[in-house]
Amino acid sequence: MPAPQLGTPCSHCGLAVPPALLASEGNPSFCCSGCATAHEILRTNGLAQYYAFRERRLTAVRSSGRSFEEFDHPAFAELYVQAEGEGRATTELYLEGVHCASCVWLVERVPLLMPGVVRAELDVRRALARVEWDPRRLPLSQVARTLDQLGYTPHPFRGVARDAMRRHEDRAMLARIGVAGAIAGNVMLPALALYSGEFAGMEAAYTGFFRWVSLALTIPALLFPGRVFFTGAMAALRTRRLHMDLPIALALGAGFVRGAINTIADTGPIYFDGVTILIFLLLTGRFLQQRGQRAAVDAAELLYSLAPDSARVLEADGIERTLPASALLPGMLVRVRAGESFAADGTLVEGETSVNAALLTGESRPVSARIGDVVHAGTLNVAAPVTMRVEEAGTTSRLARLLRQVAESSARRAPVVAYADRLAGWFVATVLVLAAVTFVLWVGRDSAAAWDHAIALLIVTCPCALALATPLAVTVAIGRAARAGIYIKGGDALEQLAHAGHLVLDKTGTVTEGQTTVVTWQGDDAARALVLALEAGSSHPIAEGFRRAWPAGAVLAAESVTHIVGGGIVGRVAGRDVVVGSPRFVALHAPGGAGTVVRGLDASLTPVLVAVDGVVVARAGLGDRIREDAAAALASLRQRGWRTTLLSGDDPAVAASVGAALGFEATEAIGGATPEEKLARVTAWRAAGGPVVMVGDGVNDAAAIAAAHVGIGVLGGAEACLASADAYLTAPGLEPLVRLVTGAERTMRVIRRNMAWALTYNLIGVALAMTGMISPLIAAVMMPISSLTVVLGSWLGRTFEPVAGAAPSGVVPMATLPARAAA
Amino acid sequence: MSVLFVVLPLALLLVAVAVWAYIWSARGGQFDDLDTPAVRMLHDDEE
Repeated sequence: MPAPQLGTPCSHCGLAVPPALLASEGNPSFCCSGCATAHEILRTNGLAQYYAFRERRLTAVRSSGRSFEEFDHPAFAELYVQAEGEGRATTELYLEGVHCASCVWLVERVPLLMPGVVRAELDVRRALARVEWDPRRLPLSQVARTLDQLGYTPHPFRGVARDAMRRHEDRAMLARIGVAGAIAGNVMLPALALYSGEFAGMEAAYTGFFRWVSLALTIPALLFPGRVFFTGAMAALRTRRLHMDLPIALALGAGFVRGAINTIADTGPIYFDGVTILIFLLLTGRFLQQRGQRAAVDAAELLYSLAPDSARVLEADGIERTLPASALLPGMLVRVRAGESFAADGTLVEGETSVNAALLTGESRPVSARIGDVVHAGTLNVAAPVTMRVEEAGTTSRLARLLRQVAESSARRAPVVAYADRLAGWFVATVLVLAAVTFVLWVGRDSAAAWDHAIALLIVTCPCALALATPLAVTVAIGRAARAGIYIKGGDALEQLAHAGHLVLDKTGTVTEGQTTVVTWQGDDAARALVLALEAGSSHPIAEGFRRAWPAGAVLAAESVTHIVGGGIVGRVAGRDVVVGSPRFVALHAPGGAGTVVRGLDASLTPVLVAVDGVVVARAGLGDRIREDAAAALASLRQRGWRTTLLSGDDPAVAASVGAALGFEATEAIGGATPEEKLARVTAWRAAGGPVVMVGDGVNDAAAIAAAHVGIGVLGGAEACLASADAYLTAPGLEPLVRLVTGAERTMRVIRRNMAWALTYNLIGVALAMTGMISPLIAAVMMPISSLTVVLGSWLGRTFEPVAGAAPSGVVPMATLPARAAA
Repeated sequence: MSVLFVVLPLALLLVAVAVWAYIWSARGGQFDDLDTPAVRMLHDDEE
């Protein structure tokens, strides 16, 4: 999050206000028109107390300014809107830019802004707003426009139906866990009384009473929460596969039946305490794991929400109509204004502009596009309004194909789970064989004892501690990491990051700052004021780079300014002819100064010449600065054995130059990679073995990020990229990456320690049960203690440490990580 | 007869009530979103 800069802060977002926009004394000043609009909405509706929140968004309001007409289209309603009673309707909108307490306040005040809205509820973690409104009083597009003006650009969310189903599932699981926990706790109480009775002696009437009470409590535990294990075991039997549920169901069933027989006969152990605790702990472990695994599904859903969703179609009668992007057909003519994204793939039929494809390819410099050139969905029209003929729309566009690849790669990535399943199979087989062996060994001597020993073994080896060891350690670590400003979606990522592998980094925005600025300036410093005056009104990236580098603002005024697309800018400032542009363009306009062109500018920079009255006076190198901590972070990771590769969509020469500056080997700095090529390379490296970690920030990295073993998104990344990433760093730079790797190593150490404890307990338990040494008392003590060690081990293990300057506790994490497991 | 035979079932009855209340709140969606309400309550004092 950018810190407030010196100078007058914007009255809405707190960023510095450019001098040109400073208001007169006593009036609020704004850094941009977006902030001014948002401030006006809040003020006129009596919501000015928004500014009292200490913890607010410190980013300028960037509204898309769209009309959101397509939100009122019948096709839209059919896909995304659910009808409610009394003529009301609800929909879920995915909001960009939601991340803190003030966002909840603001979004939920929308009904006050617009009387037709009945309710707006925001789930801050997933950035989903549930809006209930009255379509007869107010079109949804108006709600969308207001949210957009406040800086939360809305996108329709497709997962509404699945979301409802999952919520139902979650609630049922929570109810099960609660019941199992309550019963386990209450069975423990008579069990404790019975155990102490064995030592101190107890009247038979009390013993019998406690045993019957335990039996009465265990029956509902098996019937309601415990049923999942029996249905799971049945399914495993039907598909003839060894599943964890099988020995669990066997232990639960055998333990209960044997306990019930013993209760009726009033002799021998009853096992009810073990059975109920088992149900409770296993359900808890399963719930924690399940929450972690949902990330992939959520990611795919969010990606679809982010694809451009409307287009302005030029109809045969010459009228423009806004249609949902899904309604576009090949052959339609679409108008795209400057600053808008293309909604489909197509060819330009009218106009000339430059296109920023950074979203798709990572190329940081805009390319010019003329009539006949192909443009892709998702790329940004930078310079001028154009008309395009649609060639590929909807699911066949390049962007849609890319997003589909992301979804597929996300779904495919589950080798760790598969491994755990195989391991569980072996565990199950071993336990079953051992129980059978125990039974056979004892059945000759005493058939009643044989039953008891076999059941004792099943219960004592039950994988409570094993089942808790990994999810618990991972959940605790993820919670700590979130407090340190690193958001991790699942345990797999931690597991993979703990071992040195192959680290692939995107260039633009990842190892560099991702914004064009003036990196070198040679020549007359006095010319700076002339350049600023000329570029003041331009939205071209080069102009923005100059303004970013010299934020003081223009003091002089320029006249008769002309932009030449793909060349530069010409005008008169303070009575002098000023030309700013590419060397070729300037040479054309200032033939007298060609001699001063100096060669040898770094290949990663765009050369811009400045000519005054026909003489070249200065040369600026504009480019993307390398992040300050990149070199140190990379050195530290290389020292730990990581292989590092720079994989950029930018020009190969640029990639090579940045790679050389950061100590990448020449063969490890790859440029000119399209998103498809990035995906192909990452897949190839994956196949070659060893964990592949992809770090990036753009949609062009999204497929590669999803395909890698671990994908990491960095601060300021595109939402599509963040959605497909396994981890997200909220602090700028690469230093948090080092912290992530360190934390992952420590978490794995905690997990290994947990596993060792759990296995040791199981081995001792098996030995005791097979030799017939295990009394119900020992079993009752060993079970909770083994689980307790694991809980304590996970809790006390040092994994991620909070760092100074990280998000303070209490800040709700970025919503772009939907299914972050709760700590 | 000890008082235990009366008190223990009574205690279990209380547990049953608590469990029922818990299931009711879980099914009603009280535990769906644990992050937002914590933030929301900070803001509800005005209006």
